[in-house]
Amino acid sequence: MGETKDGCVQPAGGPIPQLQPEAGPVAETQRGETKMVARVGQAAPDFEASGYLEGGFKNFKLSDFKGKWILLCFYPGDFTFV
Amino acid sequence: MAAVAAQAGELTKLGVQVLSVSTDSRFTHKIWQEEELSKMVPGGVPFPMLSDQTGAIGRIYGIYDEAAGVDIRGRFIIDPDGIIQAMEVLTPPVGRNVTELIRQVKAFQHVRATGEVTPSGWQPGRPTLTPGPDLAGKVWKQWKVENAF
Repeated sequence: MGETKDGCVQPAGGPIPQLQPEAGPVAETQRGETKMVARVGQAAPDFEASGYLEGGFKNFKLSDFKGKWILLCFYPGDFTFV
Repeated sequence: MAAVAAQAGELTKLGVQVLSVSTDSRFTHKIWQEEELSKMVPGGVPFPMLSDQTGAIGRIYGIYDEAAGVDIRGRFIIDPDGIIQAMEVLTPPVGRNVTELIRQVKAFQHVRATGEVTPSGWQPGRPTLTPGPDLAGKVWKQWKVENAF
């Protein structure tokens, strides 16, 4: 997963369903709808997203960082006020 | 996010990888970094800023607002085994408390390292408790409510 070319669109995988259901919660996709699966005490749902880091564009997976503590912060939008 | 970025050094010292996510594109992240964040925090945001333009990631984390089309303010502390240890979700007008977030990281790390438990408001150096039959009904002897503040 190297640095991506600077195309206009960079597809990223989004939610990555677990292959072994017993290993953790599964992203249940029905008719394209994804249900919430995040719960404390349960495995964090894996995903792939395109991203920006220090001047470059790259795709990242949550599972790239397994073995580290992770702080995952969602926010309503760039340039919002708080 | 600037407040989290301002504490990035402390979070790195604690071995925490920060990932921020919004429904903006990676191009918008770049311009926000260059035009604003880098002027609020020296060096700007030093961690990956991820793009969730379809809201699919926000949906599985339960923080996607379908009506507004944005990911609301949810933050998740995930341990080295990939288990979610803490989550906090706020509606957009109220920002997070990064100091409390760091306190929780320290508490979860202490619990993981020692097997002790951290009472309300615990800070590093304050008393912890070791659960067991002998402690049942005797917490009042070992821990005072003033310790929570």
